Amino acid sequence: MAHGPAPGIGRWLFTTNHKDIGTMYLWFSFAMFFVGGLFALVIRAELFEPGLQIVEPEFFNQMTTLHGLIMVFGAVMPAFVGLANWMLPLMIGAPDMALPRMNNWSFWILPFAFSMLIGTLFMPGGAPNFGWTFYAPLSTTYAPPSVTVFIFAVHIMGASSIMGAINIIATILNMRAPGMSMMKMPLFVWTWLITAFLLIAVMPVLAGVVTMMLMDIHFGTSFFNAAGGGDPVLFQHVFWFFGHPEVYIMILPAFGVISAIIPTFARKPLFGYSSMVYATASIAFLSFIVWAHHMFTVGMPLAGELIFMYATMLIAVPTGVKVFNWITTMWRGAMTFEAPMLFSIAFVILFTIGGFSGLMLAIAPADFQYHDTYFVVAHFHYVLVPGAIFSITAGVYYWLPKWCGKMYNETLAKTHFWIAFIGLNITFFPMHFSGLAGMPRRIPDYNPLWADWNMISSIGAFLFGAAQVLFLFIVIRTIFSGRPASDQVWESAEGLEWSVASPAPYHTFIKAPEI
Amino acid sequence: MKTQADKHIQRLSFKLALLAFLMFMFCLFVLPPLYQLFCEVTGLNGKTSNQAYIAKQDIVDHSRNITINFIAVSHNNHIWTFSAPEQSLVVHPGQITTTKFRVENTSGRWIAVQAVPSMVPINATNYFNKTECFCFNRQILAPGEQSDLGLQFIVDSELPKAIKSLTLSYTLFDISEASSKEIQAEQQHRIGLNLSRVDNLITLPNASEQNTEGNAYGR
Repeated sequence: MAHGPAPGIGRWLFTTNHKDIGTMYLWFSFAMFFVGGLFALVIRAELFEPGLQIVEPEFFNQMTTLHGLIMVFGAVMPAFVGLANWMLPLMIGAPDMALPRMNNWSFWILPFAFSMLIGTLFMPGGAPNFGWTFYAPLSTTYAPPSVTVFIFAVHIMGASSIMGAINIIATILNMRAPGMSMMKMPLFVWTWLITAFLLIAVMPVLAGVVTMMLMDIHFGTSFFNAAGGGDPVLFQHVFWFFGHPEVYIMILPAFGVISAIIPTFARKPLFGYSSMVYATASIAFLSFIVWAHHMFTVGMPLAGELIFMYATMLIAVPTGVKVFNWITTMWRGAMTFEAPMLFSIAFVILFTIGGFSGLMLAIAPADFQYHDTYFVVAHFHYVLVPGAIFSITAGVYYWLPKWCGKMYNETLAKTHFWIAFIGLNITFFPMHFSGLAGMPRRIPDYNPLWADWNMISSIGAFLFGAAQVLFLFIVIRTIFSGRPASDQVWESAEGLEWSVASPAPYHTFIKAPEI
Repeated sequence: MKTQADKHIQRLSFKLALLAFLMFMFCLFVLPPLYQLFCEVTGLNGKTSNQAYIAKQDIVDHSRNITINFIAVSHNNHIWTFSAPEQSLVVHPGQITTTKFRVENTSGRWIAVQAVPSMVPINATNYFNKTECFCFNRQILAPGEQSDLGLQFIVDSELPKAIKSLTLSYTLFDISEASSKEIQAEQQHRIGLNLSRVDNLITLPNASEQNTEGNAYGR
């Protein structure tokens, strides 16, 4: 059985190995991260000054739409699935994922989905231009013809995510090494288990909502068409019933990564393990009953506003438990500040800032003022960039030595961290102010009143983009010329993944480990 | 050869796939009707009933005055003009009242339009009873035709006491593309009854030609 990878391109096309598939997921998401980042820079370049300088408004709208879709479905989600593929079997002592062939398929349909989505840019009428939330009837009656391609691409992404989620649940529930009880699993495994259930519950809803759009556009139904007896507000309800759990799909695995890294570099076990598990589960549950806080301004009755407002604020409680636990883990720990730890600490601080602006937005009467302004943009970028992106970056630095057997350059990685940290705050912090001053989202030209904040944001965005190019350079440099890493890699890292050699052999845990 | 563990994985994966499939069906076939039902019962989306109300012998409550404001909203307003000549009326609960909305087809083709109602405050929605309304059916308009669209209603005497005024808005939507058959039937009907004005009759063949072209383009 102890054979290595197949030679040539066939290794990647036909592989059923969780490490190969994890690697492909990670590289794919890295590529999409740069595509989505490029689109973001087009947006920021246009917004550098008021007035129209670089792109037409139609193209600007296509950029905001594709930036959002690619970052959510192409960069963040596949990156976490990649981490799951690589790390879950290693963490629970399994030889591979439970359904290796489906694993191959769920990866390989993704490049097709995103080629189609990006290909819409070259279609007559241009790419989708209705924002990543694709509200009907903007995305049905008034959409460019490419919307049909967009719908097909979303169906494929959904299928990929659902297959990935089934695989992850089947692996975690069936393939743990003997002695690895549920409450002994690393938190990354727990958060992914819960995320996978969220995916199975809501990705079909996304598929359903785009199917309804498809039928409205081509088959004469009127789900969202008021003239035919439908209701556009129904779209928002269904979309956000998917959309709110979706934002937790993008952050729960991040909680798992951070909960693995902070104990290692604080040299203390994670504080409050079981409360972390319960907090994650409560956040997942609450995510299903808060969707209408995205739609406070559609004209809900007072009772509805209040219910969704209080339910939303309730999420701060389990999230607060988590932040408390991370801080308490660091408290009086023998901390060192290697790159993964720097990214994790920045995660805790900046994600909390994003959480606070989220609380502000949860206040229904205040939300009427903030709704659809740059304040919202600032909020969700503060939870997604230092939340999802920083935790993925931290995870890559943390596990890269295990993946390729080489150590990255610490000085370069710290430089990457500081440029990214400063760039991120310069980009997104001023958006709070331009938003409070009234700047609406998704506009290519704006009142000169907001010119200064926008110029600062744009400078920060290019700085942040440069930091990510450095990240790519560091990863490539590590793979080709890093110094060899030890099996343990980090002084006090704990978990089964550190018990295998560095780089991790092609097949691990063929015989279940002793726990 | 299948081990016990393989069977467990298969069974679990099948259950999870079934769950995903059921969620898809739930979203497609259960959520929209459920939403419509919820809105009908609560009146939360401001949609008044699209069924004619059978007027019952009701006592007119002269002690209460309810102001009703009418709003006419046009989409695609280069095709028609739509207005509410009587911007507001004061009525008593239980009293049968009639008003008109005015529409004029300013385009050179036959059109079909559908009016969609919306009402605030939303808790009045289920107390606004329409015995006759142009919104129950699509309206077909010849080129240049002007039409007064009738609405007859009774405000229910059960209307919550706190409500002193309510606003009813109608939005007109262009549904010509989906109603080509009905438009043709209406054209035939009017030729048969000779109801149309003479100039309309002259423009008819031309208009129907345009209409067919429009459909070919639409497909």
